[in-house]
Amino acid sequence: MSNSPELRKALLHEIRDARVTRVVLNLSGMKYIDSSGVASLVEGLKASRDLGSRFVLFGLSPSAREVLQLSRLLKVFDVCDNEEQALASYASPS
Amino acid sequence: MNHDFLLKIELRSHPRLLCVLRGAMEPLVNELGFSEEECRSIVRSIDEAVSNIMRHSYCGRLDRPIEVSCRSLRRRSSGKGGQGVEFLLFDHGPAVDPTKLPGRPLNELKRGGLGLHLIRGGMDRVEYKRTANMNRLRLIKYARSSKQRPNP
Repeated sequence: MSNSPELRKALLHEIRDARVTRVVLNLSGMKYIDSSGVASLVEGLKASRDLGSRFVLFGLSPSAREVLQLSRLLKVFDVCDNEEQALASYASPS
Repeated sequence: MNHDFLLKIELRSHPRLLCVLRGAMEPLVNELGFSEEECRSIVRSIDEAVSNIMRHSYCGRLDRPIEVSCRSLRRRSSGKGGQGVEFLLFDHGPAVDPTKLPGRPLNELKRGGLGLHLIRGGMDRVEYKRTANMNRLRLIKYARSSKQRPNP
């Protein structure tokens, strides 16, 4: 909750203002994610979809994976096990 | 004295204190013998409940008191599963109408409403009560296995 406004701001800046076409988010350093953090990821995903860009996550901890699973969002996001897979996913159609 | 009483914490309604609370809760429920997954589930529920108090009951004010207490519960009367743990969360915000807290349908991809879902999904019982001008949220979790240890 304390960091999610910063995450949201940074994500939306990259997607809407910088108009990046590919977002690959490394979550391996994220010790904990709550519903507020998930909401920020959802906003990032929606903004990416609005602009036709890709939004990929990797490095999820068991806890983060559980939260997305409980929120029924695990299959909504493109989730990869590692950076190589995440980058390779861009070679395949979305 | 209630010998099942384990811990009581009073914190201010500042989001930066959430990690401190999680840091206290995780070893506690681990010490009680819950599985790793159950520990994460309990800590997540407490964290989401306290976040909701900060955000909704206190409307983002950073200096209001929140009390979290914990006690162990005996095994369920049905005899199934292990012992349990009960958390009581108190705040001094305005009364909450529980009927207006439905959470949101999970098939909607939008911001907000997930916290309640995570609280309810993580605990076996979630009860709200208005008492003595305070909101009281009672959260109970029973261990699935019987490997719980004696109280610390």
